[in-house]
Amino acid sequence: MELKNAMAGTLESGDILIQIAPSDVDGLHIELDSTVAYQFGEQIKKVIINTLTELGITKANVKATDKGALDCTIKARVTAAAVRSTGVDVWA
Amino acid sequence: MNSIKDRADLIAAAAKKMGKDVFKDDPVKIITPRHDLQRKSGKVVTLEDAIKKSGLKDGMTISFHHHFRGGDKVINMVVDKLAEMGFKNLHLASSSLIDVHKPLIEHIKNGVITKISTSGLRGDLATAVSLGLMEEPVVFRSHGSRGYAIATGELHIDVAFLGASSCDPLGNAAGFSMSENAKSICGSLGYALPDAKYAEKTVILTDDLVDYPNQLNAISEADVDFVVVVDSVGDSSKISSGAIRDTKNPRDILLAKKAAKVVINSGYFENGFSLQTGSGGASLAVTKYLRQAMIDKGIKARFALGGITSHMVKLHQEGLIDRLIDVQSFDKVAAESLMNDPMHKSVSANEYAALLEPGSATHFLDVVILSALEVDVNFNVNVLVGSDGIIRGAIGGHPDTAADSALSVIVCPLLRGRIPCVVDEVTTLITPGSTVDVVVTEFGIAVNPRRPELKERLQAAGIELVDITYLRDKAKSIIGEAAPLPFGEKVVGIVMNRDGSVMDVIKNITE
Amino acid sequence: MERLRRTMMFVPGNNPGMMADAYIYGPDSIMLDLEDSVTMAEKDTARLLVYNALKTIDYGDTEMVVRINPLNTPYGKKDIEAVVKAGVDVIRMPKTETAEEVIEVEREIEKVEKEIGCLGRTQIMAAIESALGVVNAYAIATASKRMMGIALGAEDYSANLKTQRTPEGSELLLARETIVVAARAAGIDALDTVYSNLNDMETFRNEVEAIKKLGFDGKSIINPRQIEVVNEVFAPKEKDIQKSLTILAAIKEAEKKGSGVIAVNGKMVDRPVVLRAQRTIDLAIASGILTKEDIQ
Repeated sequence: MELKNAMAGTLESGDILIQIAPSDVDGLHIELDSTVAYQFGEQIKKVIINTLTELGITKANVKATDKGALDCTIKARVTAAAVRSTGVDVWA
Repeated sequence: MNSIKDRADLIAAAAKKMGKDVFKDDPVKIITPRHDLQRKSGKVVTLEDAIKKSGLKDGMTISFHHHFRGGDKVINMVVDKLAEMGFKNLHLASSSLIDVHKPLIEHIKNGVITKISTSGLRGDLATAVSLGLMEEPVVFRSHGSRGYAIATGELHIDVAFLGASSCDPLGNAAGFSMSENAKSICGSLGYALPDAKYAEKTVILTDDLVDYPNQLNAISEADVDFVVVVDSVGDSSKISSGAIRDTKNPRDILLAKKAAKVVINSGYFENGFSLQTGSGGASLAVTKYLRQAMIDKGIKARFALGGITSHMVKLHQEGLIDRLIDVQSFDKVAAESLMNDPMHKSVSANEYAALLEPGSATHFLDVVILSALEVDVNFNVNVLVGSDGIIRGAIGGHPDTAADSALSVIVCPLLRGRIPCVVDEVTTLITPGSTVDVVVTEFGIAVNPRRPELKERLQAAGIELVDITYLRDKAKSIIGEAAPLPFGEKVVGIVMNRDGSVMDVIKNITE
Repeated sequence: MERLRRTMMFVPGNNPGMMADAYIYGPDSIMLDLEDSVTMAEKDTARLLVYNALKTIDYGDTEMVVRINPLNTPYGKKDIEAVVKAGVDVIRMPKTETAEEVIEVEREIEKVEKEIGCLGRTQIMAAIESALGVVNAYAIATASKRMMGIALGAEDYSANLKTQRTPEGSELLLARETIVVAARAAGIDALDTVYSNLNDMETFRNEVEAIKKLGFDGKSIINPRQIEVVNEVFAPKEKDIQKSLTILAAIKEAEKKGSGVIAVNGKMVDRPVVLRAQRTIDLAIASGILTKEDIQ
């Protein structure tokens, strides 16, 4: 899928900022900066990867700056960034 | 005949029997105006001279108080000077250390400070210590324990460097100044009083050298060896920042209202009760909501204790609280009240909350409202180490007041972002669950099963209660299961219990 | 127990922290907003946040409402799709002026409900925020069987009237009365507009007392601090509770005897009185004055 640079989210407490950029190499490359990295870093990465994979994105650079977002917020922000990046909406 | 001359033999005989000399009149009369004389007091010296004359040597213990909290300037100033003078291996014993003491990191790296005793650590210094900055573990004590350890010599202080907002040339010092040149105010000097009394040498640093006598002094000249005049001992505007804030946060308000309801229906809310609130928005705000109930039911408190806030002062001024016993003034209003109101008195840390001091005020405390970083399913509380394993708090008077009060209420949000407050086991044990009675969160109130009668009273008042495990499960259902923390094998902190035993250790966190 | 709607708390749809927290304050309904509190540039992200929040967060018994963008914007249809799929209780239409608009929203809702197999699940409420909307209030209130309530939006309404809001609210009186009457005629709920000055709780309380007298079921609120005031105002008085308990006891007694006629103190009790008594008791329970055990 053709990607362009896009982002979604904020740096407010309880939110996460997701930046998606095209990548030359296969796979999802995630750079995570989180206030809860020790306890939830792996879980956050898992949600990002699952959400992108479900949307058919398997090749991208993702930068995530997390301020303690819940999984549902991470999913929403990743989806929004992906929609902006691909131009393909999830709604009919 | 019976003139003094006639009695000379008898005088000599009495002196001999008592092993004393016979009085000889030495006609020396100092005629310098006393105003000039006091200014020449040998105690007033420069910081460098005070240090030199104090006899401080490498390896000795220096102490400080943290009454200026985020505005403190004394600790950094003194340790900078000690480093400049080439001191090494010093043991720094402060009543607490906070964000502003970040420069100590360099002094630790350079070997000026090699050991720390404190009640708390915050900010970059705390993070660095958690990551293994020091060879020696930091020793953490509650305020009551620190006072008692100093009094008994367990924590021996060689030289105390104590900031004061006013001091006369003889060393009568206070946390406020009644002179026109007042530059700072911190109110109570409660945490500094054991230091002043028991240190080998006491140096007062002040930014307002006032004429003798400095009345209403907290520290007496008898305990002071040197007085050093400096530009500023602290920025008073920063006292109420950090841990102490007045809250508009709706979650804190919700928690405060719930906690107030618990107190009101606990059975301890009656005429003559006594009250303390800890730091943290929600626990401070409880006072506001108790006020209305006190007015409605015609209840007055005998005293409020501990960190005194403007809310407490307001209730006192309205006649709802007879007396304020102030170990630490949490804001400027409290500090000014301490200066102006004879019913508002400071108390030494030792007489505030020591376990073995029979007169400790905490022994006579009915209700305490406290905050927490974590509470576990056994009601144990941690207020020192974050859920990420990094030190970010202070023991304060938490274990002292929880244990000594008739009713201890912990108020904390179940979730701070994605950080849970009710957990399986606290990261570090600070206040044992056997001393904690009620936990109030936005998702429910839990009563320690050790207090069935309290549970009954609250339920009878229509307060819905939950099991503490429900709160833990609720948190997990919202945020998921946290991964284990990457602790290393080095001990970076030791937590002392109030009885002098070792309660827990803090391990380093690997990056 | 009929659903109480004393407080409907507005929460911006682009603030995940507030969305996660809202329910701990115990509002009767939470309204996640995709409309005025979300900028055009963030409509897409807010929609996804609201969708995922509704699907994931446990809001307990709280009624979940989403204020969508109007269908004549590029966002309205997608909003409906997202929130219906997420299982929202109620869609709140902003700036409603005619019954046709309601029917159009209903059609869109049905389309999505059919697709996911939950026909008829989603309720609608309409905010009336213009003179035309007030004139059409009854038609709007009866435009769909999904209608659960109508609400006043006073900011737009007073601008539309070419006036301004005042503390005593005389400019809103006709609209308020019309909305309550239309709602009652249609058998649905009436909700009042927001009051935005959080520092003036006194005026807020007066306003809540006034709209309660007019017959409103509740008030839209913008901050958790307002909940307590509304609940206090709506809490029934002791003597009304006693009266209601007597009436309900008489009904139980009559049912036991199989008697169709209910009398209290020698007076016949008809259906509206019974309904009011039931509502009084519901309010008493919700206000913490009575417990469910007290009723039994």
